[in-house]
Amino acid sequence: MAQSVGKQQPKPHLREEWVGRVYTFLCILFLLLTIFSMVYFVASKGLSTFIINKVNLAGFLTGLKWSPDSEPPLFGALPFLIGSFSTSILAAVIAAPLGFCAAVFMTQIMPKFGRKIMQPVIELLAGIPSVVYGFVGLSVIVPLFRDIFPGQGIGIAAGAVVLSIMILPTITTIATDALASLPAGLKEGSYALGATRWQTIYRIVLPTTMPALLTGIVLGIARAFGEALAVQMVIGNSPHIPRSLFESTSTLTSAITLSMGNTVMGSIQNNALWSLALLLMIMTFVFVFIVRMLERRSKL
Amino acid sequence: MNAKTADKIATALIVTIAAIIILILAGLLGYILIRGVGHISFDFLTSPPETIRAGGGIGPQLFNSLFLLVLTMIITIPLGLGAGIYMSEYAKPGRGTDFIRLVVEVLSSFPSIVVGLFGLLVIVNLFGFGFSLFSGALALTVFNLPLMVRITEQGLKSVPREQKEAGLALGLSKWKTIRSIMLPIAIPVILTGTILAAGRVFGEAAALLFTAGMSSPRLDFSDWNPLSPFSPLNPFRPAETLAVHIWKINSEGLAPDAPEIAAGASAVLIITVLLFNMIARWFGRYVHRKFTATK
Amino acid sequence: MKKTLMLIIALVLTFTLAACGGKNNAGSGANGTTNGTNAGNGGGSADAGLSGSILATGSTALQPLVDQASKRFMEQNSGVTIQVQGGGSGTGLAQVSQGQANIGNSDVFAEEKLEADQAKGLVDHQVAVVGIATVVNPEVNVDNLTKQQLIDIFSGKIANWKEVGGNDQNITIVNRPASSGTRATFEKYALGEKVADVKGSIQEDSSGTVKKLVGETPGAIGYLGFAYLDDKVKVLKYEGVEASEETVANGTYPVWAYEHMYTKGEPDAATKAFLDYMLSDEVQNGDVVDMGYIPVSKMQVKRDVEGNISK
Repeated sequence: MAQSVGKQQPKPHLREEWVGRVYTFLCILFLLLTIFSMVYFVASKGLSTFIINKVNLAGFLTGLKWSPDSEPPLFGALPFLIGSFSTSILAAVIAAPLGFCAAVFMTQIMPKFGRKIMQPVIELLAGIPSVVYGFVGLSVIVPLFRDIFPGQGIGIAAGAVVLSIMILPTITTIATDALASLPAGLKEGSYALGATRWQTIYRIVLPTTMPALLTGIVLGIARAFGEALAVQMVIGNSPHIPRSLFESTSTLTSAITLSMGNTVMGSIQNNALWSLALLLMIMTFVFVFIVRMLERRSKL
Repeated sequence: MNAKTADKIATALIVTIAAIIILILAGLLGYILIRGVGHISFDFLTSPPETIRAGGGIGPQLFNSLFLLVLTMIITIPLGLGAGIYMSEYAKPGRGTDFIRLVVEVLSSFPSIVVGLFGLLVIVNLFGFGFSLFSGALALTVFNLPLMVRITEQGLKSVPREQKEAGLALGLSKWKTIRSIMLPIAIPVILTGTILAAGRVFGEAAALLFTAGMSSPRLDFSDWNPLSPFSPLNPFRPAETLAVHIWKINSEGLAPDAPEIAAGASAVLIITVLLFNMIARWFGRYVHRKFTATK
Repeated sequence: MKKTLMLIIALVLTFTLAACGGKNNAGSGANGTTNGTNAGNGGGSADAGLSGSILATGSTALQPLVDQASKRFMEQNSGVTIQVQGGGSGTGLAQVSQGQANIGNSDVFAEEKLEADQAKGLVDHQVAVVGIATVVNPEVNVDNLTKQQLIDIFSGKIANWKEVGGNDQNITIVNRPASSGTRATFEKYALGEKVADVKGSIQEDSSGTVKKLVGETPGAIGYLGFAYLDDKVKVLKYEGVEASEETVANGTYPVWAYEHMYTKGEPDAATKAFLDYMLSDEVQNGDVVDMGYIPVSKMQVKRDVEGNISK
């Protein structure tokens, strides 16, 4: 075999290299093409609300009233924006400490149990379909909140709890990775200096992994922001800014899923929903940008 | 308060919170499984669903989920591997590469509903694939691809530099080095990641509502010609997956036993995902042992 | 050596799969025609000799009925393939008017959703009647609501059950989204006017969720198609008239709507046969009744787009 390779080395060698390069390049090209067409199509659909239907952009972003079927139709998406932000940020507020503790537990306190049992189970959470989360939320969390708090049980609080469980795997996995990839010397040095485990975690581990932890939280928020079906089932979907955490409101995603199928493509009602999708997309860019900033800061 | 006490309190707190998480997880899984497992039987897993009468099963849906998974992976794996290899080995550091990396990152955090809508607009309507398994697989590819790219990159990064350089020093081409030296070492990481990514396909519903559709035409399980419209293997037929089916019967189910079917289907779904994870781990370890000859 | 072998196998697999992917892609255009011929061949041996493939898409409420009927129809006509899709009334109407689907299922008249010129080319086939009942939480001790009371409740003027003769309890509205066909029917025939969304009201598009929420939330009020009624929710009278099949059929209970199956122009043979089958006694007295709809043939009154009733 070595002989034959030696004989015809230059040509197949180069051709092989060429095949590899072209193949991988085509793959990346496909990827780029996909995302550009996605941005293009969603943007062209979403912008037509403003360009073709002449809806006022400022009014769209700051308006409080969403009634697409009234005369004249009103498109104020602010309640949805507020709903989306408050639900996903509250979800992160609940999930972040839990995720961090789980990660510390799995890497620093009981690594064996953590790796063998806890991590797989947490990853399993990521595989549970959002529909099931939504249904469990509607059957367990909503009645629970209805009994404990004034109101209908439905609303931002219920949505945030459901979402916090959904984003727990994201936050935990990233935190665990960050903690596990910490150079062993750093920790050992701290222990050698006589620091306790908590001191090591608090003074050494936490500051060094902070950017990664924040990245996890932002990604968690991003996921919560884009989650549709589970939220729609427990948030109530009223297009108003709620007076409390336990009153029906809407998010961008729930507004889209609720009405997309009932509206006719090309109509102003439908275009307005695409504008909401465009907002979602822009928010994705913002989240990615924040993650980038965090990563850059961690390098300094 | 001295450091020792603080340490003890903090440890206790963390352990408590971890215990609470485990309880929540156990409660959640238990709730789904206990409600559902009683309903699972061979008949339930194989018979077609009923619209209004009790006693329907989830046979076609289960098959659709698995088939869609295979289709998606057939499209995703070669593309994702290629793109990942390019990013980690061929791309020259610079503005262009940074930009591509940013794009991949953006794509990976797109909400599934946006992907679904894009699929509806472009794959279903513009390309004319209609509501079909193929459209669904393409839509799922869109959001599995960045994951796959990242996994491949991670896997390749984990290869010791010496091994890569040894390959190049032997006069192997870069592509050959990647294929025969780096990939085998990276495969356990890639494989585990891939199977975990596959779990997402299994549970995804929002994107599929708009692409793969919500109905399943009658299937003839004795007809395995992929071009026949009744064949389960035809990728151009509309198909309802298990997750979509759960969504449908929860929202519009008319059968008297709809809640039980939803519970049973949820349990089946979770058990499948669980099996998947276990197989991923076992297979990853097995391949690792085979390729690296470590015990 | 073993290592290389495994790797080669893995790679070969990857590449064949990739190639398969490509082939599938290219074959898609041809596949459509294969579909047609296959169906045609099958049709030769079928009893009725019909062949073709029908795509019906639209209303999720109507989907189970069409789905069920289509299964039986396909058993009788093995040459015909019928695919029934959900997606919502708007999607169904848009797709049928653009020719992407053969049949557009809708809860509302096409004129209410589409622009006039788009709706003109569509032919309406009314296959069933759906009655919509006002439902409340079982613990609400009110049995009857007048039209004015309903308007006041759904527009937020009445916020407590004691104002309509019930206990002192806040009213929780479980409404449908503004785009919903069920809501359009309810507003048009029960309220007689469009009402704005009340702050704090819940909106759900799916009947299952509406039923669950009304059944569990104290003081909740909503509306459901007759098919979904059972003892988990309490059905109210409207202006003293009970919501039932008879009262809808004889025109005394006004809150009902047709379920439409639209075709673009006159349907082809297979589609026409299927639509005829939908109106046959087998379906009308079987599946239609089973699913809680009212057969069109039973209706003693008719209604047009404007809502005018005629005997």
